Amino acid sequence: MAIRERMSGNEAVSYAIKQINPDVMPAFPITPSTEIPQYVSTYIANGEIDTEFIPVESEHSSMSAAVGASAAGARTLTATSSCGMALMWEELYIAASNRLPIALALVNRTLSGPININCDHTDSMGARDSGWIQIYSENNQEAYDNFVQAYRIAEHPDVRLPIMICQDGFITSHGVENISLLEDDLVKNFVGEYNPEEYLLNAGNPMALGTYSVTNFCMEANKLQEIAMENAKQVILDVAKEFEQISGRKYAFFEEYKLEDADYAMVIINSAAGTAKDAIDVLRESGKKVGLLKIRVFRPFPEDEIAKALAHVKGLAIMDRADSYRGGGGPLGVEVRSALFKNKVMLDSVNFIYGLGGRDFTTGDVADIFETLEDIVERGAKPVDYKYIGLREA
Amino acid sequence: MSESLALKDIMNKPDRLAPGHRMCAGCGATIGVRAVLRGLHEGDHAVIGNATSCLEVSSFIYPYTAWEDSYIHNAFENAGATLSGVETAYKILKKKGKVKENYKFITFGGDGGTYDIGFQSLSGAMERGHDMVYVCYDNGAYMNTGIQRSSATPMYADTTTTPAGKVSNGKPQYRKDLASIIAEHHVAYVGQTTFTKDFKDIHRKSEAAIYAEGPAFLNVMTPCPRGWRYETSEIMEICRLAVETCYWPLFEYDHGKWILNYEPKNKLPIEDFLKPQGRFKHLFKAGNEHLIESFQEEVDRRWEELLKKCN
Repeated sequence: MAIRERMSGNEAVSYAIKQINPDVMPAFPITPSTEIPQYVSTYIANGEIDTEFIPVESEHSSMSAAVGASAAGARTLTATSSCGMALMWEELYIAASNRLPIALALVNRTLSGPININCDHTDSMGARDSGWIQIYSENNQEAYDNFVQAYRIAEHPDVRLPIMICQDGFITSHGVENISLLEDDLVKNFVGEYNPEEYLLNAGNPMALGTYSVTNFCMEANKLQEIAMENAKQVILDVAKEFEQISGRKYAFFEEYKLEDADYAMVIINSAAGTAKDAIDVLRESGKKVGLLKIRVFRPFPEDEIAKALAHVKGLAIMDRADSYRGGGGPLGVEVRSALFKNKVMLDSVNFIYGLGGRDFTTGDVADIFETLEDIVERGAKPVDYKYIGLREA
Repeated sequence: MSESLALKDIMNKPDRLAPGHRMCAGCGATIGVRAVLRGLHEGDHAVIGNATSCLEVSSFIYPYTAWEDSYIHNAFENAGATLSGVETAYKILKKKGKVKENYKFITFGGDGGTYDIGFQSLSGAMERGHDMVYVCYDNGAYMNTGIQRSSATPMYADTTTTPAGKVSNGKPQYRKDLASIIAEHHVAYVGQTTFTKDFKDIHRKSEAAIYAEGPAFLNVMTPCPRGWRYETSEIMEICRLAVETCYWPLFEYDHGKWILNYEPKNKLPIEDFLKPQGRFKHLFKAGNEHLIESFQEEVDRRWEELLKKCN
């Protein structure tokens, strides 16, 4: 029987951690992810889990210690946000290159500066090329469900890559909503024991990790990472199917919401999808054929699948909660357009930058965005490549 | 068994750093590593950590490794944090019965990776009380990148970022006293050592550090013939002079107690240590006598301070 509860996103992820009972968690406090190590420390203090918590002196050390613990053979995780992740940057790449299945609960918050503690995706989007699997969550339920699935994906022998489960700072991490939790045994059996093939504390077979690899070997290591990331696609789908069997909840690379017959669509990530869905419901009532594609898996990027799902659309809004400061658009904008182009799906699209530093994103914004698309496609308005929305009037 | 015979046995123990690595001929670091690892009792397993350094890039070049034990290199500034993760994993996996054997945890970093960029990570690991030994092989500069000054570089040394020139006398600052700083973390054990003729000091301190329960730190002066500019065959004499001039005092901090391990009968003048090294050549030009005097004053001041701590 599912357990009905009310929880914030941070508590939901912490609850998943408690049920998984991992071996080692190094962590350093940073808003808005701080509650996760606090919850875990409390579980430990009350004897509810066996996890060893390392109260490190920085996020660089938290990912460094995670690399050490995971290499030693321990199921390992950490949590962070924003500048905390930026301080881990070097280690993110090393964790991935060493093929260590570390889980990171990332609570998305903007990078400084200006210093701001609220949500956008500049932290995880900046780390999109670090070799980590990235899975995003619209709400507390998805954050919980994604975390329960995380180790099954990361530790799979065809994958062996670190994984970050992302949720929006404050909006999801602190917003308390209804949630359906799985029973402890169900989670425990689903996640299973971690028994790595090679690890430092294997006395019969010592291991050396972190080699100096010169030009005659380095590129092959990089290629193996790329293959693992490609393999992750099938594993993510397989794990989702198994998860559906225990939870009744369906997961894929992305969620399609009223997209099938939509003329106009929006591609979006995380909590703003909830706002967009509400707006879409209202617009549908007035006869607008609008829909949404919410990205769940950003790495590996399901580009062909996305292009296929959008092939029938006339106008597309690609929503970025991070800018690339005059690259070809925000990171999602660039990648979605590339996916469409490669699949010869030619349609009008606008890349909107929204919600930076926690700026509100409203149902009114969504209606305006679809209006803009209609103007371009149906009323001959000048195409817009890239646009900030929700800015203060000058 | 007499003590001298026991020492001979110790020196004949199988090396846990195999030959065939690519460190320079005459390098002090590998002598230091082998000496420290002799402190491990036979049959005890170890995980060796390593900060990015000459030692790392020369001992573990894919697909070869010179390390007999499990080994982890992570990055430059995080050997302390990395090994604290390994040690914590050991604690829980042992508790869960997934690891049965006894392990010791020893990590090596150069002075750049220890005194400077890895200082925070080291301090954190020591403060948290991980049961591990951090060994700094201190050759007094960033040798891997080509002899740049670190906070371990002696005053007036000519390095590539503190070159002696027409208006410069080399590094303006005296070195950081890291062993004392780590002792002030109130860790289980700290030893400062180098190579003495009988290798007893480094052996005893290594064993003490490895088998102390809790965090331990060893600061090992390991001369670098490239950076210090002396003949490789002179290494033992250089080490002797560092100790006899009190530039590199041999001391330890054992569970709260400061102990001086060696007091020279006739403390030699600092010139004796500086003279054979090319990095101090400019100090011996006419008119630079005052520089040697100020170096001597600092050596004396620090020596007196240490004597006070140890009495």
